[in-house]
Amino acid sequence: MNGSAPRTAAPAHQAEQGITTGTTDVEYLKSLQRRRPFGVWFKDKGWRHLVGVIVTIFAVFPLLYVLSAALNSTGTLVGSNALFSKIDFGNFTALFDMPSRPFAQWFLNTMVVGGVTSAATVFLGAMAAYAFSRMRFTGRRFGLLSLLLLQMFPQLLAVVAIFLLLSGISEVIPALGLGSQLGLIMVYLGGALGVNTYLMYGFFNTVPQSLDEAAKIDGASHTQIFFGIIMRLVTPILAVVGLLSFIGISGEFVIASVVLTDPDSQTLAVGLYSFVAQQRSENWGVFAAGAVISAIPVMALFLFLQRYIVSGLTQGSVKG
Amino acid sequence: MSETELREDTDPAASSAPDTATTSPGRQARTLRQRRTGPEGVKGTIAKIVLLGLVDALAVYVLIMLFLSQSWLALGVSAAVVLVINWIYLRKGGLPAKYLAPGVLFLLVFQVFVVMFSGYIAFTNYGDGHNSTKDDAIAAIQLTAQKRVPDSPAYKTSVLAKDNSFYLLFTDPQGKVSLGSTDKPLEEVSGAGKDSTGKAKTLDGYQTLNFQEIVANQQSILDITVPVSANPADGTLRTADGSNAYQFKPALKYDAAADTFTDTTTGAVYRDNGKGAFAADNGETLSTGWKIDVGMENFARAFTDPSLRGPLLGVILWTFTFAVASVALTFALGLFLAITFNREDLKGKKVYRILMILPYAFPAFLTGLVWSGILNPEFGWLNQTLLGGASIGWLTDPVLAKISVLVVNLWLGFPYMFLVCTGALQSLPNELDEAARMDGAGPWRVFRSIKLPLLLVSIAPLLISSFAFNFNNFNVIFMLTGGGPRFADTDRDIGATDILITLVYKVAFGQGTGRDYGLASALAIIIFIIVATVSAISFKQTKALEDVNS
Repeated sequence: MNGSAPRTAAPAHQAEQGITTGTTDVEYLKSLQRRRPFGVWFKDKGWRHLVGVIVTIFAVFPLLYVLSAALNSTGTLVGSNALFSKIDFGNFTALFDMPSRPFAQWFLNTMVVGGVTSAATVFLGAMAAYAFSRMRFTGRRFGLLSLLLLQMFPQLLAVVAIFLLLSGISEVIPALGLGSQLGLIMVYLGGALGVNTYLMYGFFNTVPQSLDEAAKIDGASHTQIFFGIIMRLVTPILAVVGLLSFIGISGEFVIASVVLTDPDSQTLAVGLYSFVAQQRSENWGVFAAGAVISAIPVMALFLFLQRYIVSGLTQGSVKG
Repeated sequence: MSETELREDTDPAASSAPDTATTSPGRQARTLRQRRTGPEGVKGTIAKIVLLGLVDALAVYVLIMLFLSQSWLALGVSAAVVLVINWIYLRKGGLPAKYLAPGVLFLLVFQVFVVMFSGYIAFTNYGDGHNSTKDDAIAAIQLTAQKRVPDSPAYKTSVLAKDNSFYLLFTDPQGKVSLGSTDKPLEEVSGAGKDSTGKAKTLDGYQTLNFQEIVANQQSILDITVPVSANPADGTLRTADGSNAYQFKPALKYDAAADTFTDTTTGAVYRDNGKGAFAADNGETLSTGWKIDVGMENFARAFTDPSLRGPLLGVILWTFTFAVASVALTFALGLFLAITFNREDLKGKKVYRILMILPYAFPAFLTGLVWSGILNPEFGWLNQTLLGGASIGWLTDPVLAKISVLVVNLWLGFPYMFLVCTGALQSLPNELDEAARMDGAGPWRVFRSIKLPLLLVSIAPLLISSFAFNFNNFNVIFMLTGGGPRFADTDRDIGATDILITLVYKVAFGQGTGRDYGLASALAIIIFIIVATVSAISFKQTKALEDVNS
């Protein structure tokens, strides 16, 4: 790794010299390139650009469409068809001015539920991954295998049982039962180990064992090793798991819609669905404004941490 | 530690004499050890005690609430869990358990237990009208099927409030005053203040509602049914206006010995029909039933009931088609793009890449909703603007709706495959490519015989999990089409794009038709079995794939 830096630097230096001293060579090469016929260029590279443009349009169009609808205060589905024909913020003001549909509250709820759940998920997953990666105990292999198996069965399959379990809980402790966000967070935490432990386990294994052994000899306890050494070295995977679970939780509809019945406690997924569930075309503009606001934080985070996510994805899948 | 033990072992006299110089080496070693880990160790212990204390405090609260609600089984299980948690964290050693316990606890309750609970529900008739035990059902029938007792006297009534609940104060024709509410049977009271007509109006400790307050709380006051005694068969007192109350008696009389209900007017007899409901001889059932075990009936019903069998088979077939086609399409496009842009010297590669992964960053639940606007047959952009006012049923024609769902899922899923395939392609060694070219292989041959097989080794597990994900891809279907267009040959809410998981949701929580938790759980169990089988087989296959290539 160290050796490559001077090696790449050297040709660049030479090239720089080439530009200043022997410009004729460069110009000759450039003219050669220019003279290449279109057909050859297209066969080599042009078609790639064509594919790129077509797919980009396919990928970006719906996003532009929803942005245009959000900025068009006509508000109906038909009115949104002429893209960017009108730009104002009427939908956004209308969005925050609906007592029966408290959008700001939904946004806050989503951040709270998503934030708490993903933080706790990261912590629980990291603890489990630490145990699996650094300790040898009976049932370790069985544990890892069952986690691998469990991630095949998403929690939403058991949504009926979750609903009935929570309605049973709410008869005893209403604060943890149906309609409570705390109850919903607990349910989500049930899925904390399944998906993420395996991903983290692989990453934990890449941190050399000799580090913990050195710390152990210096008298560090297992908690000091865990919080002081391991957790700091695996920060990238913690970020990936945290972000992916935040994205997953903030878009989760099935369980949230069953557990959270009161409009004031709902999350964005449940709330925004209720906007367009009955009358899709009338509320379209306001819905689009809500969609833009709810998508922005997630998309920003995603693009910001893109590099980490891509490396994390190749080791295991969360969303497909 | 071992050193001090050794020392103590070699000198038996020292251990018998507990104090003075002989024990000092051991103590010294211990203090040395404490000094090394000292401050953190203390902090850690304190943190542990505080955390465990909080957990225990919460646990005690939960246990008390369970005790008060007399749920003995839950109480026993919870107490055992609390004991195990304390044992794990208070004993020495057993380190792995300390790190695994919190996550595993949640996993066991909200993933493993709920699955087993689903399994149990699948064998019951749990659902609307079958929510509780038989005793509850009998009490509920007696309470709801009430009729005014003919020629019964009117009780003068006042509405009182205390601690946010309402009570009714009755004065019977003889002037006797009594108080009660829905969960407090009628009880005679003394010391009530009466007005000029002899109607009791006030009672110490209660606040009397005036007319405006009665109007404001009309619904809750109408809902008050005061049991005349603890026995539901004695009937209840109710008021329709807040000033007069009448006695109501069950229209259905329960005979405990024969376990039958008799209609007091028609004389029809309703018997326990063995299916969790009371039924008359002509087959008519009372709407309130109770929960019983029905064995395999839910599964049998799914595959024999004519209004369910045909649609269900269609749904299962479409679920497979949807999952397989989604994986195939997204993988094909993703791989194609990965190969197309796997060129170092392509201008604008980064821009394409960022723009193309935008759909992946867009929240999945919004995707379906946004596309449903674009594809809306009447007002959507595609028909109105792009096709100039065409009326193509993108979401209402069974075939087109299926294609639309696949296209939207392609939009949502191809960036992931693009990213994954790019990563996998770049990790392939270049020498392979060169060697194959030297041997005279063309680009297609290199791809087909060398790159693709190697790629599949690393991608195949992801394809399998992608299949498992799409098999239950609720959001896209539910938000885009809601499962529609509906099948014509059934009165149930099942449509051409419904997959199994949306069907589970609609059967359990759908509007219109009653909730049927038993059937929904049976369907969920069917999904379980399918997903388990498919992933078991395919994981075996990929292992074989790996063995072949290595």
